[in-house]
Amino acid sequence: MADPNLVLVGVNHKMTPVEIRERLAFSAGEIEASLERLVSHPEVIENIILSTCNRVEIYARVRDTSKGISLLKDFICDYHNIPVGDLDNYFYSFQGEHAVEHLFRVSSSLDSMVLGEAQILGQVKDAYSLARSLRSTGMVLNQLFEKAFNVAKKVREETGIAERGVSISSAAVELARKIFEDLENRSVMLVGTGEMAELAAKNLINYGVKTVYVCSRTYERAEALAKTLNGCALDFDMFKEEMHKADIVITSTASPKFIIKKDMVEHAIHQRKNKPIFFIDIAVPRDIEPEVNDLDSVYLYDIDDLQSVVSANVKEREKEAETAMELISNEVTKFNNWVVSLDAVPTIVEIRNRAESIRKNELEKALNKMGPLSEEDKNTLTLMTQSILNKIFHKPTINLKKQTQSQEGHVYLKTIRHLFHLDD
Amino acid sequence: MEKIVFNISLFSYLGASLGYFVYLVYRKPVVSTIATATVGAGLLAHTVWLGLRSMETGHGPYTTSFEIGMFFAWLIVVVYFLTEWNFKIKDLGAFVLPLAFLAVLFSAFLSKDVAFVRESQPFWLTLHRTLSVMGYAAFTIAFAAAIMYLIQENQVKSKKLGIMYFRMPSLEVLDKLNDKVITIGFPLFTLGFMTGPLWKAKMDMPVLAWDITKTWPLVIVWVIYGVIFFGRMFSGIRGKKAAQGAIVGFVMVVLTYFLHV
Repeated sequence: MADPNLVLVGVNHKMTPVEIRERLAFSAGEIEASLERLVSHPEVIENIILSTCNRVEIYARVRDTSKGISLLKDFICDYHNIPVGDLDNYFYSFQGEHAVEHLFRVSSSLDSMVLGEAQILGQVKDAYSLARSLRSTGMVLNQLFEKAFNVAKKVREETGIAERGVSISSAAVELARKIFEDLENRSVMLVGTGEMAELAAKNLINYGVKTVYVCSRTYERAEALAKTLNGCALDFDMFKEEMHKADIVITSTASPKFIIKKDMVEHAIHQRKNKPIFFIDIAVPRDIEPEVNDLDSVYLYDIDDLQSVVSANVKEREKEAETAMELISNEVTKFNNWVVSLDAVPTIVEIRNRAESIRKNELEKALNKMGPLSEEDKNTLTLMTQSILNKIFHKPTINLKKQTQSQEGHVYLKTIRHLFHLDD
Repeated sequence: MEKIVFNISLFSYLGASLGYFVYLVYRKPVVSTIATATVGAGLLAHTVWLGLRSMETGHGPYTTSFEIGMFFAWLIVVVYFLTEWNFKIKDLGAFVLPLAFLAVLFSAFLSKDVAFVRESQPFWLTLHRTLSVMGYAAFTIAFAAAIMYLIQENQVKSKKLGIMYFRMPSLEVLDKLNDKVITIGFPLFTLGFMTGPLWKAKMDMPVLAWDITKTWPLVIVWVIYGVIFFGRMFSGIRGKKAAQGAIVGFVMVVLTYFLHV
C-alpha cells in the first residue's frame, strides 16, 4: 500500500455557528445510510462519520486526497440539501498526519468547548463502533481509531486535563470527595431551595449520596424539592437541631442575615463527635457566618470561593492541554511510523516472489541438464536452493522492516524498490 | 556480601524515595511502577542482609543500635508495602521511603560490632524488642499519613487548592490510615513496653531500677498514642488532632531512639 490517503472534512463549534451545525448534523439512522453510501463510492475505501452537537466530521481513506475532500464536502451538503458554495468558509479539511492529529485532539477532548470533558470520547467510540459494525472501516481507520482511544486514555491518565472540576457543582463535588472520599451513604441537607443548590444536590446524589433533607421557609417548596430528590422535607426551624446528621450542608436562602452561626456549628460538630461537615453557601447575601470555617473539622465554601476554584481549574486545564499536545504529537509520529511500516510488507513479498520464480526456473533448467536423478537428490537440491534464498533474504527483510519505522523510511523503501526494479 | 546487600537496600530506598516524589508531582504511572519495583528489590536485599547478620551473630537483629536501626527500617518498608497494598495510596511512598532511607543511612554510621549476648532470657528479649520495633514502624506510617493529612487539610481549609490537593488522597482516607496503623501499632508497642520489665525480672535484675532519662520519653510516647487510641474510641479524637498527635508522638519516638543510641 502506498500512501493511505487519510482525509477529514468537518465543521465544529469553533468556526461554525449552531444554526449551521444543526442543519449539518446526522442522526444515527442517517449515519448508517450515509456510511453505506460513501463506502460504496469508488473513490472511498473506508469512512467514519462523527456527529455531535459540537461537530460533524467525516474521516475517510480515499483513492485521491483532493478529490476525496471535495467529494466529502459535496456529500455533506448534498445530503442536507444545502448548496455547496454556501458553506465553503465553515468547512475545515485535513489530510495525512494532520487528520490523525485532529482526531487525537478531538478524542482527547482538547478540541472540546469545555476542555477535558469526558463525553466526546464516548461519542467517538460510538461513531467508530457503528461504522465498524457496518463494515465501512478497514485496517487503517480501525488502527487509527483504536490508537485514538489509547491516546485519549493516556492523556486523561498522564495529564491533569480532566482532573479538576470546571463548574461550580463539579468543583463542590470534588471538594466533598477530598473531604469524605466516598459519597456513598452520605447525607446532605439543603437549607433553602435555590436552583443552584438543587443542581449541586443532584450532582452529589449522582455520586452516591443517599439521604437528603430539605428545609425551606415555605414547607410546600421543601416538600416539592424533597420529592424530586427522593429526600425528606423538614420544617425550617428544624435545620438547627438536625444539622449534626448532615455531612454536607448547602444553603441558598434569601435571608439578608447569617442564619448559620459559629456556635450552632460548634454544637453540631460536638454532637457528631468531630466528624467533618462541609458547608456550601450558595446564597447571596451569604447564609453562613464566615468564622464557621475556623472550626476544626468544618469546611466552608461560599459562592466566590467556589468560583475562584473553578477559574483556577480552568487555567490549569489549559496548561495541561499544552502537555497533552506534546504527548499527542509523539503519538502522531508513532502512528505515521506504523503507516509507513505497512509499506514494507508488500515490498518484501514482491521481492521474495520474484526471487522464488527465478529459483524455480533455474532449478528446472539444472535438473533437465543433469539427467535422471533420484527423488531424494531432487529434494536435496530444492531444499538447498530454498535455503540459499532464505539465508540471503533474512537480514535484508529484518533491516527493511526496521528502517521503514524510521523517519526516512519511505526513501529507503523507494531505493529498495528501484534496486529490484519493482515499479516499472 | 553483607556490605553489597546493605548498599543495594540503601540506594534502592533512596532511588524509590526520589521516584515516589517524582510521581507525586508529575503523575507518571511508569515512575510509580519503577519506584515500587525498586522498593521491592531494596526490601529483598534488606531481608537478605538481616538473614546474613543473624547468621553471623547467632541471634536476631535486635541487640545493638545498629541492628535495631536496620530492623526498624526493614519493618517500616514491610508495613509500607502492606499499607500500599491495602489502601492503594501510592503517594504515601514519597513520605515513608525517605524515612526508611534515613533509618538505614543513620544505621550505616553506627558501630557494626557484634554484641556478645549474655542474656539468659533471649525469648523475652526477642519479644520485647520485636514488639516495640513493630510498634515504632506502625507509628512511622502514622507520621507520614499525618503529614499528608495536614497538607491536605491546610489546602482545603485555606481554599488554596494547589497541586497536592489534586494528587493526594482525601482527608477521610488519610484519617482512616492513621486510625488503622495506630490501632495496630499501639497495642504492639504497649506489649513491647510491658515485656521490657518482665524480661528484666526474668533476668533477676531490679525491675524498677530504670535509667530515668532513657525511660521517661517512652512513657510520654505511650501516653500520646494512648490518647489517640482511646480518644478515637471514646471522645471523638480524629482528623487534625489525631494527625497532630501522630506527629508529636513520632518526634518523641525519634528522640527516644537517640537517647538510647
